[in-house]
Amino acid sequence: MAEEQGRKWDRCLADSAVKLATGLGVGIVFSVLFFKRRTWPVVFGLGVGLGMGYSNCQQDFRSPYLLHGHMVKEQ
Amino acid sequence: MLRVCLKGANSAARKCLCGNGVPLHPLQQCRSYTSGGSGSSAGKIVAASVLTMGGGVGGTILYANWDPKFRANVEKSIPYSDQVFGLALGPAAPPPVINKPRKVEPVQISSMSEVWKDSKQPKAKEVQRKAEQPDAEGPPAPAPQETLEEASAQVAQILSAIGEVPSVPAPGTHEAEAVPPPAALKGVPAAAAKCTECEHEPAVKERPEGEVAARLAEQDKAEQDLLTSLSSNLEDALGSTAKVTLQAIGAQEAALQAIAQHTRQLREAMEAEAPPDKKSTQWRVLEDALSERSRSVDEAGAAVLKAKAELDKLRGVIDGAKHLKIAAARPSILAAEENLHSMVVDLDSVVTRVQTAQSEAKIVSQYSELVNEAKAQFQKELNSITPEIQANWKGLRKLTQDDLNSLIAHAHRRIDQLNRELAEQRVREQIHIDSALEQQKLEDKKALEVAISTALEHNREQMRLEQEKKVEETREVMEAEMRTQLRRQAAAHTDHLRDVLKVQEQELRSEAEEILNSSLMEKETEYRRLTQDQLDSFTLDMNAAYARLKGMEEAIDSHVIAEEEARKAHQLWLSVEALNYTLKTAALNDPTEPLEGAVQAIKESCAEDEFAQALATALPSESLSRGVYSEASLRARFYTIRQLARRVALIDETRNSLYQYFLSYLQAMLLFEKAQEAPPAKLSAEDLDTFKLLSYAAYSLEHGDLELAAKLVNQLKGESRRVAQDWLKEARLTLETKQVVSLLSAYANAVGLGTTMAP
Repeated sequence: MAEEQGRKWDRCLADSAVKLATGLGVGIVFSVLFFKRRTWPVVFGLGVGLGMGYSNCQQDFRSPYLLHGHMVKEQ
Repeated sequence: MLRVCLKGANSAARKCLCGNGVPLHPLQQCRSYTSGGSGSSAGKIVAASVLTMGGGVGGTILYANWDPKFRANVEKSIPYSDQVFGLALGPAAPPPVINKPRKVEPVQISSMSEVWKDSKQPKAKEVQRKAEQPDAEGPPAPAPQETLEEASAQVAQILSAIGEVPSVPAPGTHEAEAVPPPAALKGVPAAAAKCTECEHEPAVKERPEGEVAARLAEQDKAEQDLLTSLSSNLEDALGSTAKVTLQAIGAQEAALQAIAQHTRQLREAMEAEAPPDKKSTQWRVLEDALSERSRSVDEAGAAVLKAKAELDKLRGVIDGAKHLKIAAARPSILAAEENLHSMVVDLDSVVTRVQTAQSEAKIVSQYSELVNEAKAQFQKELNSITPEIQANWKGLRKLTQDDLNSLIAHAHRRIDQLNRELAEQRVREQIHIDSALEQQKLEDKKALEVAISTALEHNREQMRLEQEKKVEETREVMEAEMRTQLRRQAAAHTDHLRDVLKVQEQELRSEAEEILNSSLMEKETEYRRLTQDQLDSFTLDMNAAYARLKGMEEAIDSHVIAEEEARKAHQLWLSVEALNYTLKTAALNDPTEPLEGAVQAIKESCAEDEFAQALATALPSESLSRGVYSEASLRARFYTIRQLARRVALIDETRNSLYQYFLSYLQAMLLFEKAQEAPPAKLSAEDLDTFKLLSYAAYSLEHGDLELAAKLVNQLKGESRRVAQDWLKEARLTLETKQVVSLLSAYANAVGLGTTMAP
């Protein structure tokens, strides 16, 4: 259990890094391709990546506390 | 409704406020501008609300006046409404319902008590009656017994009376001879009974049956003898009298015959005019007949006298027999009497017949004398007148006319004379007839009297005989009836005796049986008791011996068992020691060896010991399979756990975003707590902070109290808890195992200690 934190962090960072990089990459691509080499798609991409990574990280850390409810249809 | 009103008021107030925009005295200004546009509507609203409120309050008060329950509810729910109600309506009436049943019940109870009293009285009366009834039944119960006794006494008396009846008549006859026979006969049994009672009243005892029978037989024999003698006497007397009487009757008959013949002859002689020679013969015959008659009459008279004497003798004998008073002789006596009577009657009748014949003969003789006289007279006259004429009328043809005329004149003269004589005679006749009639009357009377007396005598005798016959018959009937009744009584008595005897027999038998049974049972119980005592003593000895044997065996067994137990305990202890040793083989960071082997050894060593088995199975499976960590390793691990727990102190279910994580890390960096703090005896609410808990746990761990540390760590919440979960689990395992092992060792020690005590 104690190592799980560490593992989570590792996963999180790795994932965030990947996302960041992917976001950067997509941003650059979009910037280059569609938005005339402006910086904002890159930033946007970075942000998207970061956000996705953050979100995933949070989700990962939260996962123990999430409650999964089931809809019971009345028959 | 109130809320609506309040809302209305509030909205009105707000409107006022909003409308004016001045916070000071809003309501006053609202009220002052009632004529104003905005104020009037507000005033209207206020008035309306006040009205509705007043109406509501008044309505509630009225309804509360009518319904006390509603009043109570309102008083309960609204705080000062009871005071308002008190002001408006007065105090609430207390509930009046409760008292009536209480008042009713005492009345009922009193009535019930009366009822019980009444019922007790009839019960008492009944009891009294019942008490009386047994008393009343008591006297009647002895009474039947008394009557039984009386009846038996009476029966005894009657039996004795029966036995003595024949003997009593003898004194009875001596005492009362003058008593007429039927009355005497009837009075005798009663007199006899009375006599017997008089004689035997002081001591009534029943003669034994044999004696009674003997006496009866004797008396019967005596009776029989008397009877035979009497009957023989009677018969002889009867025979003789009969003979004599017959003789007398025969003589009388002969006399009668003679008289009749004589008279006949006399008449014939008179009637028939025979020639003299024949007449003389006739007269001679007549004389013979007369003499015959006289002789026979004398004979008859003598015979009658003799017969009368014999009859008197017979009468005497009969009277003697009557005086003997033997009942059986009665019929013969009666027969004799009848014979006597008949003989007397015959004799008398014959005598009377003879007398009548005699009187007739006298008449005839007188008549014949008269006729003879007349004839003689006539003859004389005729002869005087006509001497030549013979007394033969046939020679009348030879007579001359003068003779005839003289005869006729004579005849006429004679006729006149005769007529004169006739007239005289007629006159004298009358007188004579009168005198003769009188005489005859007298004689007739005398004869009549005599005849009457004799007839009366005969009738009396006849009636007496008939009466006696009837008496005899009734006596016989009565005797027979009495005999039957007595027989019946005797039979009843015998039946009764039989029944009584039977009952007595039953009773005695049952008594005897009871006694027999009771004595038998006593003896049996005695015997049983003795045998039981013997058995008991024997059993006691046997039991004692057996017990001793058992004791010895048990002692030996217990020794064996104790040794066995000691062996087992030793084994257990050894195995527990092995387990303990395995626990100590934990390396710093690795768990111990798996405890399975040792536990198996324990299980084998103490296969029968349930406690040890239970304990052995109570070990957690992971300790068996994987082994447990030592305390030192746990202690070492704790620090890393502590760091981690510090870092995620703020994270729990609600706060678990990354921002919170950042904050929590910040906190952990910035917050400094004591590395080790002594935990208090009781944890308060503020002690449940993560950092404090961790410091407490560290302290306890450092001081070797893994258990307390685990408890404290268990108090962590949220992510810290999740992080420490692993460590906690390990700590639990270790603690469990240690506990079980310590229990086992303690148990082994105890068992060993126990076993070593036995010898």
